[in-house]
Amino acid sequence: MEASNNNNRSLLSKIATNDGHGEKSPYFDGWKAYDANPFHPQRNPDGVIQMGLAENQLSFDLIQEWIEANPNASICTREGVSGFKETAIFQDYHGLPEFRTAVANFMNQVRGNRVKFDPDRIVMSGGATGAHETLAFCLADPGEAFLVPTPYYPAFDRDLRWRTGVNLLPVVCESSDNFKITKEALETAYEKANLANVKVKGVLITNPSNPLGTFLDRETLKDVVNFINDKSIHLVCDEIYAGTVTTGDEFVSIAEVIKDDPACNLDLIHLVYSLSKDMGFPGFRVGIVYSYNDHVVSIARKMSSFGLVSTQTQHMLASMLSDDKFVENFISKSRIRLACRHDMFTRGLAQVGIGSLESNAGLFIWMDLRRFLKEPTFESEMTFWRIIINEIKLNVSPGQSFHCSEPGWFRVCFANMDDETTMVALWRIKSFVRKNRNLEIKTKKQFWQNNQHLRLSSRRLDDILTPHRMSPHSPLASPLVRAQN
Amino acid sequence: MLSAKVTCNSHGQDSSYFLGWEEYEKNPYDEVKNPNGIIQMGLAENQLSFDLLESWLENNPQPSAFKNHNDQSIFKELALFQDYHGLPAFKNALVNFMSEIRGNTVSFDPNNLVLTAGATSANETLIFCLANPGDAFLLPTPYYPGFDRDLKWRTGAEIVPIHCSSLNGFRITKSALEEAYKQAEKQNLKVKGVLVTNPSNPLGTSLSLHELDLLVNFISLKNIHLISDEIYSGTVFSSPCFSSIMEVLKNRNLMNTEISKRVHIVYSLSKDLGLPGFRIGAIYSNDELVVSAATKMSSFGLVSSQTQYLLSEILSDKKFTKTYLSENRKRLKERHEMMVKGLQKCGIRCLQSNSGLFCWVDMRDLLSSNTFEGEIELWKKIVYEVGLNISPGSSCHCSEPGWFRVCFANMTEETLVVAMQRVKSFVDSMVKKSIQSRHQQLLSRNSRRSKSLPKWVFELSFHQREVAADER
Repeated sequence: MEASNNNNRSLLSKIATNDGHGEKSPYFDGWKAYDANPFHPQRNPDGVIQMGLAENQLSFDLIQEWIEANPNASICTREGVSGFKETAIFQDYHGLPEFRTAVANFMNQVRGNRVKFDPDRIVMSGGATGAHETLAFCLADPGEAFLVPTPYYPAFDRDLRWRTGVNLLPVVCESSDNFKITKEALETAYEKANLANVKVKGVLITNPSNPLGTFLDRETLKDVVNFINDKSIHLVCDEIYAGTVTTGDEFVSIAEVIKDDPACNLDLIHLVYSLSKDMGFPGFRVGIVYSYNDHVVSIARKMSSFGLVSTQTQHMLASMLSDDKFVENFISKSRIRLACRHDMFTRGLAQVGIGSLESNAGLFIWMDLRRFLKEPTFESEMTFWRIIINEIKLNVSPGQSFHCSEPGWFRVCFANMDDETTMVALWRIKSFVRKNRNLEIKTKKQFWQNNQHLRLSSRRLDDILTPHRMSPHSPLASPLVRAQN
Repeated sequence: MLSAKVTCNSHGQDSSYFLGWEEYEKNPYDEVKNPNGIIQMGLAENQLSFDLLESWLENNPQPSAFKNHNDQSIFKELALFQDYHGLPAFKNALVNFMSEIRGNTVSFDPNNLVLTAGATSANETLIFCLANPGDAFLLPTPYYPGFDRDLKWRTGAEIVPIHCSSLNGFRITKSALEEAYKQAEKQNLKVKGVLVTNPSNPLGTSLSLHELDLLVNFISLKNIHLISDEIYSGTVFSSPCFSSIMEVLKNRNLMNTEISKRVHIVYSLSKDLGLPGFRIGAIYSNDELVVSAATKMSSFGLVSSQTQYLLSEILSDKKFTKTYLSENRKRLKERHEMMVKGLQKCGIRCLQSNSGLFCWVDMRDLLSSNTFEGEIELWKKIVYEVGLNISPGSSCHCSEPGWFRVCFANMTEETLVVAMQRVKSFVDSMVKKSIQSRHQQLLSRNSRRSKSLPKWVFELSFHQREVAADER
């Protein structure tokens, strides 16, 4: 059996038998714990709450309402069936023109119409997952590398490397800088690659960031643009969380930066987009590659044959996203709900002295649990993470799975559950902290001395509210949580 | 600045297969708006049975409205469902459908099925799983032109042809398999497997039991894989009935053996149900390692959950699938006959076929020279003068010039009639030109019969020659 298994493995490709899919990472143990014992408010109130899934579940009611009111958007309803045949046979990889126009329109509106995307540059892909792989295939050959600021989304290791043979090299960002991307960090990473004889083909940034939940300021974006132009390498901007920025007008897309930069070589600029986060549609597999490089658009379009969006879905979304009134309403309501949930969660954490990186985007927060680690090591982080899963019964994601350079940070998702579950999660955290004060190794004063520059939340430990008294619609203003010295 | 994949042309889009499409797009036929336009006969689509699907949709409004049988909205659940294992209800319905197509002689385990965005993605994914860059797969010629892109472009794998000949109806022979394997070795390519399309595109024939046995023996001997692309399995409209590779394994008691683990099937709903836009493809494998790796890879091209749900409802309706499969076959058979007879009237033969959405047409007698240049010359005439976009055999890597794939199921009956009339006019005019030219030669030389006339002139029916003579 053993011999035949080995024989089988040798009959398969290297790609099929290596671990490039990334699923052996301990990151998935939390998921397994959740799958084995999933929380349900009535059926399994002691189960594991899933807080490792960056999903946006807060605004489905708005979409459902729209679907009920627009039955002809589905080519399969009585009202829409006359369009069934044309849609079902349409497999042109350019995509339905009305779909591309509607997506471009949505992307514009998410950015407050400060930019105008060209529908002819919109290329479909199998989700953002497919988009990233396609761009890696287009921009780099096996053995070449992309620089990626840490911490970054774990599945990039699979999406950009697995079948393409491309490498990812970290651009180390530190908590002392609020994890900002600095010119020095970029240069250091580039030099390191050179010394190792690895050819760097580009930089990949996620803006807003997963897992940080922050978005880049204009200066940093300009620095990055200058860096890539200087080295004549590509810039891939993953903006899949653009619509989750609660302070919408402040978000700066790469599209805006290059508009004002005539010196930028546009052939180097590419965007990845998706409807999975902003609209909460991961199941519909709507990924977009948007490139300012004509050749890349052309080839990515040919590659999109491997992951086109179902025309049934294209048709529905073309209808939905060209409804300007709906889109405007959706974007603004979604932002408000995300802001409320973010606020509810950060305040709840603050009540037990747990801080997080100041953020106003994404579907998660970057929690600072450094003071709970026995030692400032990744082993300690892993140990504490298992406690969180097994005792507190929350699946959160440890910073090391995001290649964070410092132990003690955890990503916790807040938008993939209802209010009630959020309360339960907060209550569990607070109970745990209360019971385990001895876990907090450093004193508060020492902690603040070490982290003066870091903007975190804080409240007195004793100021604990039960879940039932906490109101998500608290009039206590801003979702931003500031340090109190 | 860009990768080698961008700057090479392994995407295959410079091939004539695609150039004919471009010409069609510039000047597409429309019965009313553009009756002199080019008729698209290069697209293997099944447009014959949409009415059956449309009436199902009208009678079953719930799945399209994201509702379940209790009329409750499941929009949220579907919108969030991105599990690469696929919707269980859909996979169950799909394997049952696959079984039904094979007359329930074999059953499929939904856990061995991997969903992909179309057969395009399924084929590429399988190659990623089975071959390293530089490894080769053997493919019988002629084969679907898109394989050059799907199997080779991003994977770095190679294709080595198994040459099939018109002398035996393009059947796969043992010696052809051996020869292809040797060729690969000569080129220092490691052969990882054989890929066949059954029923065949472009031939429109299903593999015989003998061919299937040969293949099983061959892969067993060489310890390599067999991929059977069975996306046309539901289009078999006449005998011999379809035999899937799985049936052969079962009949030879090879299920649950090492050999069965090296046999993989590709399926899709693009041809049988006529839904290419919905991107529904699947890989079926008995090897859990392949299933596991392919499942993870499917992340790059999952099937939209909205589409999975709709199809799970359609395919679970057994009454519908039974009616659909039999009615669809009947209509394909009728349409096929219409084309074969229409071409016969022009003195043009087709390879005898029992499946597919096209005929493999023998136009060797119309070539000015028995070369691929002659084939392309004829093809250009057919596209630009006759106004039909058909696919030249060279784009399918056929080893003999003069064969063309002509599709019949992607148009109305009226359009097919127009297409056949155009072919007839074209052939008649070629006869006329040829006879005029012969007359010219006779006038300018002695009365000795010139051997330079193409032989099809003499093969035309007596009636036609008389008509042609009268018109002169």
